[in-house]
Amino acid sequence: MNKYEYQFAPDSFELVGDKVDISKDVVAPVVPFWLDVWRRFRKNKGAVIGITVIVLIILMSIFMPILSSYKFDAIDSASANIKPNAQHWFGTDNFGRDLWVRTWTGTRVSLIVSFAAVVIDIVVGMTYGMISGYFGGMVDTIMQRIQEILNSIPTLVILTLLMTVLEPSLFTIIFALMFTEWIGMSRITRAQVLKIKEDEFVLASRTAGASEVFYIFKELRTNIYSQLIVMAMMTIPNAIFYEAYLSFVGLGLTVPNASLGVLINDGFNYFLSYPYMVAIPVVVLALLMLSFNLFGDGLRDALDPTMKEM
Amino acid sequence: MDKSMLKYIGKRLLISTVTLFVIILVLFLMLKLMPGTPFNDEKLSDSQKALLMAKYGLDKPVLVQFFNYLKNMLTGDFGVSYVINKNMEISKLVGSAMVISFKLGIAATILGAIVGILLGVVAALNKNSWLDSLATGVSVLGVSIPSFVFALILVYFLGAKWHILPTQYNSSNSFVSSIMPVIALSMSVIANVARFTRTEMIQVLNSDYMTLAKSKGLDKRTLIMKHGLRNSLVPVITILGPIMVNIMTGTMVVENICGVPGLGKLLIQSIQQNDYNVTLACSFLYAFMYVIIVLVIDVSYGIIDPRIRLGKDE
Repeated sequence: MNKYEYQFAPDSFELVGDKVDISKDVVAPVVPFWLDVWRRFRKNKGAVIGITVIVLIILMSIFMPILSSYKFDAIDSASANIKPNAQHWFGTDNFGRDLWVRTWTGTRVSLIVSFAAVVIDIVVGMTYGMISGYFGGMVDTIMQRIQEILNSIPTLVILTLLMTVLEPSLFTIIFALMFTEWIGMSRITRAQVLKIKEDEFVLASRTAGASEVFYIFKELRTNIYSQLIVMAMMTIPNAIFYEAYLSFVGLGLTVPNASLGVLINDGFNYFLSYPYMVAIPVVVLALLMLSFNLFGDGLRDALDPTMKEM
Repeated sequence: MDKSMLKYIGKRLLISTVTLFVIILVLFLMLKLMPGTPFNDEKLSDSQKALLMAKYGLDKPVLVQFFNYLKNMLTGDFGVSYVINKNMEISKLVGSAMVISFKLGIAATILGAIVGILLGVVAALNKNSWLDSLATGVSVLGVSIPSFVFALILVYFLGAKWHILPTQYNSSNSFVSSIMPVIALSMSVIANVARFTRTEMIQVLNSDYMTLAKSKGLDKRTLIMKHGLRNSLVPVITILGPIMVNIMTGTMVVENICGVPGLGKLLIQSIQQNDYNVTLACSFLYAFMYVIIVLVIDVSYGIIDPRIRLGKDE
């Protein structure tokens, strides 16, 4: 017997059981993309709270002005500067206008302005990016330089200059907002078009005599919409803020019209004596911006988990 | 300095110059497109009007007028104010305002950067603890709530309610009265810097060279200060651009709320009082500062990280 050999004692080993437990791998069921996104989204508490608040505020802004017995621009000098109470839930302003109705009407206006601006941004940005990316060469260079120059002028300066020339109205504010936020959208679109253009399918469809424009557009639509939605959700709070800024400066809508900016501007004049007048619209504005940011963040992480931590 | 760097700087300079040129062109066109002439007084006879036009060079061809305007803008001659301070040279009006705004902006950036970095590092070192959630919460709030909301809250509580700080800016006591606007402006900086520092720091902490440094037995302070923080702070320069934009945007409204006689307040005042020349001058200065800041950031980042400029040449 070799002296280096080890002798096992009878009780060195213990029988664990004679069944080898091999379970089959569970094949994960095929989950549609949107369901997958929803599952990831649902886990993000902040994002769920965000979308809930957004939906609530939208519903309030739609129904509250209809349901209330007051009108947003009805002056009642007998009941001016009333603090929030049972009749006037948010109190009244300096002219006795009911702030509950004014707040929700104003929220509605601000939301309409920002949604419209973002939709136009998407259309303009996509078109610009597609033309720039598709034609390439000289066209692309010139269009990119134009965009670069526009991008290096601060948004607020563009807005201020435009609105000093234009007559303030809902339409012109949307028009001015259109000038500033489309650049991000056009960049995303251009990058995608450049990528798709290199695709072999494009070469194949061109060889087969099919229109490549059609193909590019189709590919683009499926590739880009998640990015665009996230971008849009991030742009809406900006648009809400810019609208408020314009009204605050006196270049936007003016009293008796209502928007969040008008209300903040109006309330700010009586800020120290009647703080609730400015506090209410500011809280709604801050809640909206916060919720859209949380929602946008959550949506981005859900749509593309690799983007997380960026 | 190698050739690609020079080429990159040259390209950035060219774009900035063209941008400024375009801005001045737009401002000039706006002046021309505004209805009426500057001399609408009915008492003036035609010959007097012609004399005035000649005096201000308005009888010359539009192109000559434009180059005069360009020259004036670039030499800081913005004309005279019509309403706010009758016949006062705008350059004087704007000069003092700009200094105040600039000081506020710098102070807010420095304060925000210090607090933000601290918050980011603390969050990264205590990842997934309550400190981390707190830092994340602060940065979400700071990013999404505009600075004027913070200004309103501060003015109301610290100023009007508890009388700790003056509600309105007072130039005789500029330090104390700058505290509130600086804090309000720095919120977005804190948020952005904290968010970014946290992400970078976590990445650095997980890197191989940190494991190596740790295994060499370095104490925790040297480890974090010398290896961790230094490496995670270089990319923070990239977010200086958005931060400066945030602050500039913020000053416009915050100055108004806190009564700071800066460029933003002047701009808003000029808009409300229809002092058209002042509006144009302020807008130009804002755009000018912005273009210069973006240029400096781009170039300095190109120097720090060669991939930026090389990427563009390929």
